[in-house]
Amino acid sequence: MSQAWAQLGYLAAAVCFIVALKGLSSPRHARRGNLIGAAGALLACVIVFLSTDIQHLLPILAAIAAGTAIGALGAYRVQMTQMPQLVALFNGVGGGAAAIVAIIELTKLRPDATPVFDLIATAFTILVGSVSFAGSVVTFLKLQELMTTRPVVFAGYPILYGLALLAALAGGIGLVVSPSLIFAVLLAIIGAGLGVLLVLPVGGADVPIVISLLNAFTGLTVAASGYLLENILLLVAGTLVGSAGTLLTRLMAHAMGRSLINILFGTLKGGSTLGTTTLSDRPVKSASPADVAILLAYAQRVIIVPGYGLAVAQAQHNLRQLVDLLQERGVQVDYAIHPVAGRMPGHMNVLLAEAQVPYEQLKEMDEIDPEFKQADVALVVGANDVVNPAAETTPGAPIYGMPILHANQARQVVFMKRSMRPGFAGIENELLYEPTTTLLFGDAKDTMSKLLAELKALTV
Amino acid sequence: MLERSSVNSDPIIWLTIFVLAIFVGIEVISKVSATLHTPLMSGANAIHGVILIGAILVTGSAQSMPILVLGLVAVVLASINMVGGFVVTDRMLVMFSRPKRALEKPARRELEQ
Repeated sequence: MSQAWAQLGYLAAAVCFIVALKGLSSPRHARRGNLIGAAGALLACVIVFLSTDIQHLLPILAAIAAGTAIGALGAYRVQMTQMPQLVALFNGVGGGAAAIVAIIELTKLRPDATPVFDLIATAFTILVGSVSFAGSVVTFLKLQELMTTRPVVFAGYPILYGLALLAALAGGIGLVVSPSLIFAVLLAIIGAGLGVLLVLPVGGADVPIVISLLNAFTGLTVAASGYLLENILLLVAGTLVGSAGTLLTRLMAHAMGRSLINILFGTLKGGSTLGTTTLSDRPVKSASPADVAILLAYAQRVIIVPGYGLAVAQAQHNLRQLVDLLQERGVQVDYAIHPVAGRMPGHMNVLLAEAQVPYEQLKEMDEIDPEFKQADVALVVGANDVVNPAAETTPGAPIYGMPILHANQARQVVFMKRSMRPGFAGIENELLYEPTTTLLFGDAKDTMSKLLAELKALTV
Repeated sequence: MLERSSVNSDPIIWLTIFVLAIFVGIEVISKVSATLHTPLMSGANAIHGVILIGAILVTGSAQSMPILVLGLVAVVLASINMVGGFVVTDRMLVMFSRPKRALEKPARRELEQ
């Protein structure tokens, strides 16, 4: 295959990626868009083997097969509830791969004949690729709840952060002045440290935004390695992801009513004291499934606020049956979907779509929020932070400023909760102690089936 | 690695492509609804898996054992990123497109049971 054909093929792949991103941002063409992107990636892989003299063919093909098996298996096996952390991991390994590529490329450069700009691109790729890798691992640990989901800040953190930034700068300059493997490895280690420091102070609820940011970082490293390897496809694809990812990060932050700076460094200002308060033992009103069944059965308008807890308990299917039953009785039921319900924007739509909840019943926040005033019952299932009035009333709270669903305006609020444990953001919910609020304790699936049985008994 | 060819040697050309690609990236996703934020992020994540091309290129010209091994690690990581990314995005999007078939699906499921 001649170089001209190869370049033409890469151009086609780049167009595929642009069409893919375009498709992914409209509901009707999203799936086709993704498949077009995959086709572009496949085309690029074929071209690289046909157009370049690749040695070590067998080990490389074996490595691709291994990576494909791991990636596909992980993607097929993952529970939809755990999907955000899987995306984080995929992003992290991509960043790691980019850093390794830059390190290898460095060993092939001739120090005397290499333009400074190439060396800067190398330093950038190694550093940011490592940041992306280590940062993604920490986000994975947070989302998997293998470590605390609360912001982690310790004394001297800002100083350490500043020192790490200085070290990164020094390491980068060192690599440009005297290109050597030692500086490259040093830079990779500093980058990993920076990545950890970047994500540690971010609260659990904000972690998805950071995944998106790291995703954009990885894109930029891929673009830089494209420049290093003189591969236009890598440059274009990486830049597309870098810029689209940066915009997406801002859109996500906007959906949560947060600024990026606030998410990354907010806790350093010492704002989120609420995140560490202990549970209070104020009295709450709890009820039995039978009470709640009666409440629901004789309501005219019910709005359901689903949250991550619902999905974790796998109670979506029972919930759908409950809603069907209520609708048969003539109760008007809708789901109020907060943009960040679940673990990241749009996550709840994925989870409910999995349970085959009709699309028309899923109402976005702006549409449904004014209707809580007319609702007889707001049924909050496994959600917490998205209905927490602290987002409006408590300036120090980590979620302050996030738009919330005003479930508190409904005549009655029913919380289905496992325990009094606070939500992912780690703060208490005042709504739990309101006089109009009733709590229904227990595992969401278990409670939901009891509720269903009680409701059926009422209907017969 | 090849020396930069005369056409490609001008960094201005690379800078031009870079800047134009930035605007394309911003433009194509500017109208995305919040519902699709998660699949879009996942899809973009899969796209930067093309670093696999870079990993294959550097590994394919490895001259020593340590470099070859390091390169193969990069190839494995990049394949995970690319393949896993596209597959998990597709899994999410299949659910989004399901409502059209929602009527026939439950029936089939009952038959299986």
